[in-house]
Amino acid sequence: MANETVLFAKGVCKSFPGVKALRGVNFTLRAGEIHALMGENGAGKSTLIKVLTGVYSKDAGEIFLGDAAKPINVKSPREAQDLGISTVYQEIGLCPNLTVAENMFIGRSKSPFISWRETNARTAKILADLGIPAKPERQLANCSLAVRQMVAIARAMDLNCKVLILDEPTSSLDESEVESLFNLMRDLKARGVGIIFVTHFLDQVYKVCDRITVLRNGELVGEYPLAELPRLALIEKMMGKELQELSEVHAESRDFTGLTPLVEVKDLKSEAGIEPFDFKNYPGEVTGFTGLLGSGRSECVRAIFGADKVTGGEIKVKGQTAKISQPLEAMRLGLAYLPEDRGRDGIVADLSVRENIILALQVMKGFFRPFSKKRASVLADEYIKLLRVKTASQDTLVGSLSGGNQQKVILARWLLTKPDYLILDEPTRGIDVGTKTEIQKLVVRLSSEGMGITFISSEIEEMLRTCSRLIVMRDRKVVGAISGSDLSQDNIMRTIAEG
Amino acid sequence: MAAKDLSPKTRSEPMSDTTSLLIITVAIFLVMYLTAAYLFSDKGFAKPQMFFNLLNENAALIIISCGLSIVMIAGGIDISVGGLTALITVACVVHLNDMEGSSFLTSLLLALGIGLAFGLVQGFLVAYLDIQPFIVTLAGMFFARGQAAMIDTQTRTVANESFSALAQMRIRLPIGSVNNNGVFVQAYMELGVVIALLVVAALFVTLRYTTFGRSLYAVGGNKQSALMLGLNVKRTKFLSHVLCGLLTGLGGFVFLLHVRSGAVTHAAGYEMDAIAASIIGGTMLTGGVGNIFGTFIGVLTKGAIGNIVRAMGLVGSWWPGITLAAMLCFFLILQSVITSRKRAKIG
Ligand SMILES: Nc1ncnc2c1ncn2[C@@H]1O[C@H](COP(=O)(O)OP(=O)(O)OP(=O)(O)O)[C@@H](O)[C@H]1O
Ligand SMILES: [Mg+2]
Repeated sequence: MANETVLFAKGVCKSFPGVKALRGVNFTLRAGEIHALMGENGAGKSTLIKVLTGVYSKDAGEIFLGDAAKPINVKSPREAQDLGISTVYQEIGLCPNLTVAENMFIGRSKSPFISWRETNARTAKILADLGIPAKPERQLANCSLAVRQMVAIARAMDLNCKVLILDEPTSSLDESEVESLFNLMRDLKARGVGIIFVTHFLDQVYKVCDRITVLRNGELVGEYPLAELPRLALIEKMMGKELQELSEVHAESRDFTGLTPLVEVKDLKSEAGIEPFDFKNYPGEVTGFTGLLGSGRSECVRAIFGADKVTGGEIKVKGQTAKISQPLEAMRLGLAYLPEDRGRDGIVADLSVRENIILALQVMKGFFRPFSKKRASVLADEYIKLLRVKTASQDTLVGSLSGGNQQKVILARWLLTKPDYLILDEPTRGIDVGTKTEIQKLVVRLSSEGMGITFISSEIEEMLRTCSRLIVMRDRKVVGAISGSDLSQDNIMRTIAEG
Repeated sequence: MAAKDLSPKTRSEPMSDTTSLLIITVAIFLVMYLTAAYLFSDKGFAKPQMFFNLLNENAALIIISCGLSIVMIAGGIDISVGGLTALITVACVVHLNDMEGSSFLTSLLLALGIGLAFGLVQGFLVAYLDIQPFIVTLAGMFFARGQAAMIDTQTRTVANESFSALAQMRIRLPIGSVNNNGVFVQAYMELGVVIALLVVAALFVTLRYTTFGRSLYAVGGNKQSALMLGLNVKRTKFLSHVLCGLLTGLGGFVFLLHVRSGAVTHAAGYEMDAIAASIIGGTMLTGGVGNIFGTFIGVLTKGAIGNIVRAMGLVGSWWPGITLAAMLCFFLILQSVITSRKRAKIG
């Protein structure tokens, strides 16, 4: 049973204009295993998945299902579903204008009619079973990113599937949610389902997976049993070279007494419903907001930046009382903000990489003083190199970049404005290990040059490495602050729990 | 996954965009009409017949707007419906007057057939060859009017017994009003209104309770996601145009029942009226949001504006247009406020 092959792909090739995304990739998935598909941003993981499930047609290669001798030709995700392949795509792929219940069932029922009562009741049960905090009747657009991701997972958890594909399903989930996802995966694995799991969190790979397939630049590097590929070797295989100085990044604690805070807020609250909070950030200091998902971390920084409407309290920037009612005013005061949800707040898919990178700088300069194209391309080039954005050219549309590379483009956009105070909300989500360390190093370097930075991340190690002071949140309320030598994972967890 | 509530309990469940826009549309229509009935009761606004005349006048537009709403919900547009209506009236009149053995039934089949043919061709070009719906139906619009002119440039009145009998049918209603001579006059509807109401009811059910109906919303909401959810995006788009063509065929027939003549110039600007009615009714041009009942109210709102403006003594022919323009602006702003305000709330 355990060694039976459920999915076998041979020599799969796929090209996009200007990019060879897959070059003759072989992939084998066995029944009852969790198989990690690893690679840097733009390595071709999502493309392979989309070829397997009929979103893209393949240029060459064959795909076999089960022990059938004849290759299958999947032309649409619907056909893949009918063949027993369930998928959660990286971009989630749900319809925001429909309700949670509809997103769960649409495209799966055979009946031409819908019974709303039954659909809602069944959804309510699934949501309750999985502990997803959402109502079936709720429009998906009104749900948080985490809920959307969980709904997509719940949809794919079809008991009759033979293959389950999860493309970065955990990027917006917090630890306990990831844990319950893993339990579900282990359940399915025990039933003989083959699971493909893509993630950039190495911990998660070593926690649940059985085997690893590594891709680099669209080529297959190899397939390894988990036990034979320790962490550093895996990183090396993914990057094609050794990862340096992983542990060297570290924030230094400095003494800021006597300095004027860059940003200081008192009793700030916003329409997003957070308890009034106080906060300050000195020049050269890296602070962080931590807490479980939905604890109000993002809402705090959104209020500071004017992205949510402020309903009370005061903000001082460089000692001066400021009134920030919209992001543009914050930008003019030298603030910058990398939002958490790149789909909604960040990326302009139909503009080129270069245009996306210079966008914020352009807005600040005013639209009537355009850049010379040469200057723009010099700037764009610098940051494409710095962040290792994998793109065919500067003129490539951002929409066609891989998920992680889109994230890098937005990051570049804000770094380019050289702000005095930079807010990074989950800047490394979906970004590969190599670049993650680069970004952490960059944050520490920028702060040593005098920039004030606020860093939010679901990965506590990452925050410990970069921040010198952490604000702990629970239930939309600041419950503590930890700094200097008190910074440790234990301390943070304790503060979150006890406050 | 941990059972914790991401939203504070005090926040009530937000309505879907479709529902909130529908409620606003209905409320505005009611307020507008009742105010007019009160202010201009001397001009007959309070009489039931005034309301039913609104339906009689607009039955064809209701059916056609419903078709357009379906295309718009699926994220497309169809501006050929006006030209197509004219073509159908001309073709049907020629058929009814000049051909042996024609009856209302054969002319209905002819109308549906022409509509279906347009729907099939336009749907194929839009869905399977991936051409912009605006371009395809723009061509369709020119083609339909041109074709109508080729058949006949004169206005001709229908002279066919079975058809005229049908057209003169009046459905008397148990309500009515007392006229100047103190006699009770029953209000009436034309047959077209019954057809229109049936269409509205059938489509309302289709959009809400069938897999096809929900696919229209999914495709209009996000094509890429709809594909990943396992829907047949191309076929859904194709069918939306086919349905719109068929409904325009039926609408054209109802139009003919009402005016009893065929002419190239008939239904001028109907495509714009239908788009306006859909938007007032809460259908969004960007797709994925809309409601058939809203479209029905949208047509009535648009019709009532004309009546009210006239009752106010603004006789210039431009006044209804200007008022409609103002209302459209108002509704579009409202739509964007509603959708963006809600998005801003979810941090
Ligand atoms: N629709 C598309 N059009 C053009 N190029 C594309 C398209 N989709 C992907 N690519 C290109 O194919 C390559 C592989 O992308 P893919 O999305 O598979 O990467 P990935 O391994 O999933 O990366 P990530 O970890 O960032 O999600 C990238 O160079 C990307 O730019
Ligand atoms: Mg990917």
